[in-house]
Amino acid sequence: MSEVLVAIRHVSKSYHRGQQIVPVLEDINLEIARGDFVALMGPSGSGKSTLLNLIAGIDKPDTGEIVIEGTDITRLTETELADWRAAHVGFIFQFYNLMPVLSAYENVELPLMLTALSRAERRERVEIALGLVGLLDRQKHYPNELSGGQQQRVAIARAVVSDPTILICDEPTGDLDRQSAADVLAMLRRLNEDLGKTIAMVTHDPRAGEAARRMTFLDKGQLTDASPFALH
Amino acid sequence: MFFLKLVVKNVFRARLRSGLTILGLVIAVLAFGLLQTVVRAWYAGADAASNARLITRNAISLTFVMPVYYREKIRAVPGVTGVALSNWFGGVWKDPKNFFANFAVDAPAFFPMYPEFVFQPGEYADFLRDRKGAAIGRQLADLYGFKVGDRIPMRSGIYPGEWEFTVRAIYDGRDDTTITRQLYFHYDYLNEQIKKVFPRRADQTGVFVIGIADGSQAAEISRAIDAEFKNSLAETLTETEKAFSLGFVAMVETIVQAIRGVSYVVILIIMAVAANTMAMTARERMSEYATLKALGFKPRMVGAVVMGEAFALAMIGAGIGILLTTPVVRAFHAATSSVFAKMPLVPETFWLQALCAVAVGLVAGLVPAVRAMRMPIVDGLRHVA
Repeated sequence: MSEVLVAIRHVSKSYHRGQQIVPVLEDINLEIARGDFVALMGPSGSGKSTLLNLIAGIDKPDTGEIVIEGTDITRLTETELADWRAAHVGFIFQFYNLMPVLSAYENVELPLMLTALSRAERRERVEIALGLVGLLDRQKHYPNELSGGQQQRVAIARAVVSDPTILICDEPTGDLDRQSAADVLAMLRRLNEDLGKTIAMVTHDPRAGEAARRMTFLDKGQLTDASPFALH
Repeated sequence: MFFLKLVVKNVFRARLRSGLTILGLVIAVLAFGLLQTVVRAWYAGADAASNARLITRNAISLTFVMPVYYREKIRAVPGVTGVALSNWFGGVWKDPKNFFANFAVDAPAFFPMYPEFVFQPGEYADFLRDRKGAAIGRQLADLYGFKVGDRIPMRSGIYPGEWEFTVRAIYDGRDDTTITRQLYFHYDYLNEQIKKVFPRRADQTGVFVIGIADGSQAAEISRAIDAEFKNSLAETLTETEKAFSLGFVAMVETIVQAIRGVSYVVILIIMAVAANTMAMTARERMSEYATLKALGFKPRMVGAVVMGEAFALAMIGAGIGILLTTPVVRAFHAATSSVFAKMPLVPETFWLQALCAVAVGLVAGLVPAVRAMRMPIVDGLRHVA
């Protein structure tokens, strides 16, 4: 687990609110090894979600570089970033962000629509992903026919179906009851431990943080303790 | 295929909103088609008129007449193959609302110039024999149930007295463009009666219908005819029958243009309605568009989803509207048959309706699509919370 997958170097980011410039991240340096499961934690407004968005390639820093598997994603154009995200990133959002008009199967199939896979190949992968989260029997159900926990499991299946380099989890248990949250965290740990998936997760929840291999804390846009420590 | 599925499912997601927008589109496309057809109906008479026939009238106005003896002078103009008298009678059958065109003509010269009026040989001969006989068109006969042998009593505001004509012939149109909603009777019958009551108004006619050998010579022949009567008591104005008919349309040109304008205003209104629907829809779905973009769908793909939905709405509405146009125009024509002889529904109208639907889809979808394409993913995802 020593190979560096994500290298964040001297990254700063600020937002404009009218005339005011609000610094969010200041000179962040962080490395995430392949196969790591890192929890980014901190109070509201600490910049943890912004950092996660930068790693995911859905936002750009003002300065610094973010190198993922040898590619500095800060130098990619919007179109290149879209292709890069499709190939390398799996997203798990707090509110699941499933397409309400698509069934569980179709939602999971969504990222594969950007690949050259045949219909049969897509079916095979979707069924594996849904089997992995234990929802193969719910594949025809629509999001509004599933519980919150089940919806998040569908979102996990969607995140892993294209076998991405890194899973980006933004408060994945934030909208779930305790049992569903525990199930989701167990599933993420299994993905990390059994399948070697690299996971970067933002959470407020200390229990969720404990599920990760290491926790990294942000406060006022700066890392307060970036040293890895083993939890398991 | 996937995009099509997503678009179709999105269209019927907010059923009430989509349903009402589609209903608006149906009504707009239908109204557009109907109004365009009404405009076309005004021109139907002119469309049916010929460029190979000339009409000579008094240069001052149609209400002024010309002496019948002009006929011989016109006949002598090179290029003229036939001349016939035609006089507006202005007769009303039973009730003024039963309006139809009726003319006194010198039939033996007049009808050979109108090959588009197709007679039964026996009936035509009967008509020529009976001085009080009338020849009526099939549309007129069908409209009021006239049959051969029926007597039609009429009153005229121009020629006072009781007039009665016997239907001796019912002619058909050569094709669908021919209007057959007129009544013709013998000029000699009219002239004889006028001589008895108003001798000074006898031997005069409203127009001369002139047959010419070569339609391309119409302008030269018209000038030659008018030159013949220059500085006379009744100077003439000669033009093609089509131009003459268009002159009637020109009298109500403002109304026709207003109707045409309204038809486009209807489309503009529905454009605004559809654009509003799509703007609301897109705003509600920003988080979904952001999710698609986060997953790797390119901005143009997201734009295509938005545009696709706008087009789908427009096309469904337009499709239903176009399908309903024919029966609605027929029903409208049935209700207004005393005003419009023809209500020609042509392919061009359907194409225009489809074109308007495309424009509605484009206008409605463009701004929301561009917004969805340009929206930063992070902002869109924040929309969730």
